Amino acid sequence: MATGEIRMKVLSLYKSLLRESQKFSSYNFRMYALRKIRDEFREKKLLTDPARIKEEINFAEKNLGIIKRQVIVGNLYSTEKLIIEKNN
Amino acid sequence: MLSKCVLRFTRLRQLPQSTSNHLLRDYSSDGKHRPERNKFNIRDEVLDGRPLYLDAQATTPLDPRVLDAMLPYLTNYYGNPHSRTHAYGWETEEAVEKARKQVASLISADPREIVFTSGATESNNLALKGVARFYSMKKKHIITTQTEHKCVLDSCRALEGEGFSVTYLPVQSNGIIDIKEFEKAITEHTSLVSIMTVNNEIGVKQPIADIGAICRAKKVFFHTDAAQAIGKIPINVNTMNIDLMSISGHKIYGPKGVGALYVRRRPRVRLEPIQSGGGQERGLRSGTVPAPLAVGIGEACEIAQREMAYDHKWMEFLSNRLLDKIMTALPQVIRNGDANQTYPGCVNLSFAYVEGESLLMALKDVALSSGSACTSASLEPSYVLRAIGTDEDLAHSSIRFGMGRFTTAEEVDYTAEKCIKHVERLREMSPLWEMIQEGIDIKTIQWSQH
Repeated sequence: MATGEIRMKVLSLYKSLLRESQKFSSYNFRMYALRKIRDEFREKKLLTDPARIKEEINFAEKNLGIIKRQVIVGNLYSTEKLIIEKNN
Repeated sequence: MLSKCVLRFTRLRQLPQSTSNHLLRDYSSDGKHRPERNKFNIRDEVLDGRPLYLDAQATTPLDPRVLDAMLPYLTNYYGNPHSRTHAYGWETEEAVEKARKQVASLISADPREIVFTSGATESNNLALKGVARFYSMKKKHIITTQTEHKCVLDSCRALEGEGFSVTYLPVQSNGIIDIKEFEKAITEHTSLVSIMTVNNEIGVKQPIADIGAICRAKKVFFHTDAAQAIGKIPINVNTMNIDLMSISGHKIYGPKGVGALYVRRRPRVRLEPIQSGGGQERGLRSGTVPAPLAVGIGEACEIAQREMAYDHKWMEFLSNRLLDKIMTALPQVIRNGDANQTYPGCVNLSFAYVEGESLLMALKDVALSSGSACTSASLEPSYVLRAIGTDEDLAHSSIRFGMGRFTTAEEVDYTAEKCIKHVERLREMSPLWEMIQEGIDIKTIQWSQH
């Protein structure tokens, strides 16, 4: 993949991950996922080794799949909202 | 002391009722209540929503990534991992063996040294009773500490009934054992030493590497209950000279009902199994390995290994935030256990002149505990706090704040805020607090006997 292509791919993954994580019905899982995704991407922003970048892209894709499935499972058994969600 | 408090409480509560008849009109006529009446009342506080969870030492939520790894084995891959004659068995066995590798990797062990159990309690029982009984012909002495988890202490009691002698080492006021005392306690009859890595109530870390080195030098087996430590602080069974180690699934965002026991192969540690049966897990723990749970603990270990530094940094951030807020707002708050040699996700505080259970009741919108979940049904003060020499009254006023991977900064802020508010409220109505404010030293008072 060309550099531009990789850049597009990474950005789109980042956006999809954040968008899907927003759908977690559990406050704690949602907040963790958002924090974790932002920190991971920020930490790996400066990677240049193509093999490492490919590895990280695969890892992100795998996790995107997990998030999509777990959002569904979480919604099936969702609970009442937490007290701090309701008061904000 | 207590009876005075109770008296005062009941008086406060009854006063408005008993005198209500002639006062009632006064209240309603101007629409105001007497300030005393509502000052301490929290009955009208409407709590809308589920409580926050800050009890990570009791158990942790199942990480969605762990559940995702488990679900296939709870649905379509239902084979018995010990079935050797068909594909259903093979695919499940492969998953269990992968999980064994993941657990082993986290502690730098060999996968063959991992035995799956039902949890840390079973692991502790198996390690203590197993080793003690196997070597009982030659050695009949065990060393443990006073701050161990109930299941270790109870296993030791059971062994005492079988004729073993047990040394319960005291700990210093910071919760850590005295290495010199420990070394002195080892005799030629000692077969096993069992000391936990991280305490479940006060979060204190024991010097495991030092203890391991002494045990190795004296040729005594060393078992550590690492249920609260695994995946949270780095552990290497080889550099720390650990011979046996108990691991729990549900303290590391894995499923409940599964644990593991690490049993060293070289130099070999031999155990007498507790359960008889099909001889699974190298004959040490008969019974079908619950494949979905094993997969869960394996995945949880892999995630913990990958994210240990990240999670630890978050724990430090949260615990500092909590401590800063509470300590600056409230005087006379004591942190139980060593402040440096500790796992930051567990903060145990004593609020002087506040009764812990009352505070827990008031903080009903936050799931907290005054100590371990096993003993939370009784009102007895924690034996761990008594072991570190905490005064009876301070031991009664302790609260454990347990933070985890999924705890947010907002939750910590909310908890700190609520905690400060209620400690101030409870102190405000405490006669003891009033006396302290007046400069009376409570310890010097001769309370009359009732």
